[in-house]
Formats: sequence, structure tokens, C-alpha cells
Amino acid sequence: MIIVEGLRKSFGAVEVLRGIDLAVAEREVVCVIGPSGSGKSTLLRCINRLEEPTAGRVVVGGVDVTAPKVDIDKVRTSMGMVFQSFNLFPHKDALGNVTLALETVLRMDRAAAEARGREKLAAVGLEGKERSYPNQLSGGQQQRVAIARALVMKPKVMLFDEVTSALDPELVGEVLGVMRDLADKGMTMVVVTHEMGFAREVADRVVFMDDGVIVEQGPPADVLGSPTHERTQSFLSKVL
Amino acid sequence: MDGLLEEFFDLDIIADMFPGLVTEAMKNTLVFTFFSFVGGIVLGMVLALMRLSRSRALRWPAAVYIDVLRGLPALLTIVFIGFGLPIATGIRFPFPTYTPGCLALSLVYGAYMAETLRAGIEAVPPGQMEAARSLGMPHRTAMRRVIVPQAFRIVIPPLTNELLALFKDTSLLAVLGTLAGGKEILKFSRDLVNVRANTSPLVAGGLAYLVITLPMLRLVGRLEARSRPAR
Repeated sequence: MIIVEGLRKSFGAVEVLRGIDLAVAEREVVCVIGPSGSGKSTLLRCINRLEEPTAGRVVVGGVDVTAPKVDIDKVRTSMGMVFQSFNLFPHKDALGNVTLALETVLRMDRAAAEARGREKLAAVGLEGKERSYPNQLSGGQQQRVAIARALVMKPKVMLFDEVTSALDPELVGEVLGVMRDLADKGMTMVVVTHEMGFAREVADRVVFMDDGVIVEQGPPADVLGSPTHERTQSFLSKVL
Repeated sequence: MDGLLEEFFDLDIIADMFPGLVTEAMKNTLVFTFFSFVGGIVLGMVLALMRLSRSRALRWPAAVYIDVLRGLPALLTIVFIGFGLPIATGIRFPFPTYTPGCLALSLVYGAYMAETLRAGIEAVPPGQMEAARSLGMPHRTAMRRVIVPQAFRIVIPPLTNELLALFKDTSLLAVLGTLAGGKEILKFSRDLVNVRANTSPLVAGGLAYLVITLPMLRLVGRLEARSRPAR
């Protein structure tokens, strides 16, 4: 579903990604872990080209995302992304957040868009919150609206960028619960996270990144339980 | 003391100013303000988007325009549009009472508002554009539906301030020879000062400005106070 080949990304003189190769199969859940500054988020942002890769290729669902002539907007409708800082539209209520792209990108009429939007908000446990504005919702609720906003486009892939890092500890569970449901339903997911428990239970594969390269990857039990690489061991000893 | 009172507050003279002070002078000041504000905001929005464009061919002319118009005295621009342009080109403005004045003020305030609007657009967190783009929205759609509505909310206080400044600057249009019925407050009052050889009309004109500007100042203060605690 996702193929990353020889991906490099520099910001000025700093090379943040130094040759990443990664393939994610359909229905696979890949959790990317690693110290901050290791390039995890940049990798995710290169997959939907919020960042322009310096070199290498990214192919999603058979479409070369990095090709110069690609219709990136069209590709992005098949890739949902959820951000650490929610990035909900503050001038729209929950339903307005969820339906905006349906109306402006997929050109659905309002009634159909709202029907689908309500359905998705209910699916993330936010029935009755359709008319609440982001500033009236808790962090966990906001992040669930953000997930619904991405899901409503019926993406083939979901990208999660440290989506629980900005949440109060007691609100983390409700967001991870929604993500777990999504994984159980067979969504292809790339999850950058610091939640080792989630990675252990939900991921099909854990990828450990450090300093712009993939150091080690494999089933969660292996990578988290008996890491072979010294850098992985040292990182895990600090976070577990 | 009586002399002063008579010079500044001659009630008979002031009473004679009605209803013209309201039906002609204040009305015209408001008409000039309204059309110049609308023209300025439209021009300002176009200029702001040009300045933020990725294309140098759009950024550059907008930057030059904004700097030149902000660098010139508004009065010069007004005289240039009102007298210079018609003489040099033979253009005859439609609605000659209002068009030259509104055009000149729109051109000047468009430059100021462009800077305000640009600052507002830049103040919208970058995550908003990223979220919109990640949903497949083209840049233009994201601008129109996500960024600009939030930018407008941010710039309401400074824009209200500019409306206030514009309202007062309509007095600069007094230099244009006005057609019958076209005088704004300053020209209307000033002409009566000459006719009556007394300053009271100017005082009445000043009060006419304050009737509008004092509530607006209060409004600006309240808008600024409300927008201060960040969301």
C-alpha cells in the first residue's frame, strides 16, 4: 500500500532523513518509534508530501506521490492525517470540520455530507457534539473530531503523527481506543507514537528510527521485547 | 468670555446648519467612508494575496504598490486622482461627486489594509493550512475556506481602527472642488465659516465627527480587549 524508497530530506544543511526504505502492506498497522528529532514525523509528512522529499520515492496505492506531475490533492484524499496539535478549524463546529472537505473537495451536497459526517462523529463516540466548537471540546474530543474529519474522506491509509502527545494523560485512552477500533477494522495505518503499550498491542510491526535512519524493525514482541540493536535498547530503557 | 462663546458657540449660526449638516454633510462623509472602505478592503485583499503568492511576478508589483501608496501623503494621492488624472487623460468619472474621492481613498487605504490583512493571514497557525491540504483541499480552497475566514477574525480590531482613520480622512476630500450637494462635513463647515465669518460651524462639524468616532473608539477598545486572550 505504501512504498518508501531511498527517502532523504534535508532542512538547509541538516539532513533529517538519511535514506529510508519502508513498505507497508494493506491492512497493516506500523508503529514508528524513536527519540525526538529522529525524523519520524518528517517521514510521515513526506508520505503525503506536506514536506517535499529531497530525494527518493514514495508510492501510495500504486501512485508515485513524488512524481513531479502528480495531482497531489487527489492523492491526499486517499490519505488521512491526524496531527499532534489537532489543527481543527476553530471557526467551524465539529460537524463543519468534518464536512468541509466533503463539500469542497468531493463536491458532495450539504445534506449528504452532513449525513456522512454525523455517522463518522458517532463512530468516534461524539454523537451529540456535532454543534460544539473546538474550544468547547476537551482535547480528547477534539482529537477524535480530527480523526473523524480524516476518516470521512474514506481514505485507504491513515497517518497518525504523535496524536496523543498533546493530551492530558486521562484523555489518551479514548483516542487510542478509536485508533484500535480502526486497526481492528483493517485500516492501513502508520502511527508515529510514544505510546509503547499501544505499539505492543496494536501494531503488526514496530519500526525504530534514530538519527534519520531505520535502525531496527519487526514484530512488536521482538523490537520492544528483545531488541537486537544497542540504540534501540538504550531508547527503550529510557521510555519503558 | 462672551466674545469667545460667540466666536465658537454661536447657537443661531449652528442652528442654521441644520438640516444640511446631517442630510448633506454627514451623509456624504458616510457615503465616502463606506465606498472607500469596501473598495479598500477588496483591493487590500487582492494585494495581500499577491504579496503572499509564490510567484514573484505577483509579489513584486504588490509590494511596490503598497510601499509607494503608504509612502505618499494621502492628500497628494487625492489631488492627483481628483485633479491631475482628469486633466492629464481627459477621463470623466461617472458619478463625479463621489467617484474621484472614493477612488483615491480606496487606493490609499487598500495599501494599508493589504498590510493588515497580510499580517492576519500570517497569524493563522501553519497547522491550519496543513490540515486543510492534508484533506486534499487545493491551496486556493484552503485559503478561501480555512485561512481567510480566520484571518478576518484576527484583523477585526485593526481593521476597525483603519475604518476610523478612513472616516476622519474623508475630510481630506475637502480640497476637491465639490459639486452641489457633494460636500462632506469639513468642506460643509469650512465654507460656512467663510460665509458667516465665525468659527462656530467648525465646532459643529467637529461634534458631527465625534458623534461617530467616539462610539467607534469605544468599539475598537472592546474588540481589542476581547481578542487579547488567545484561544
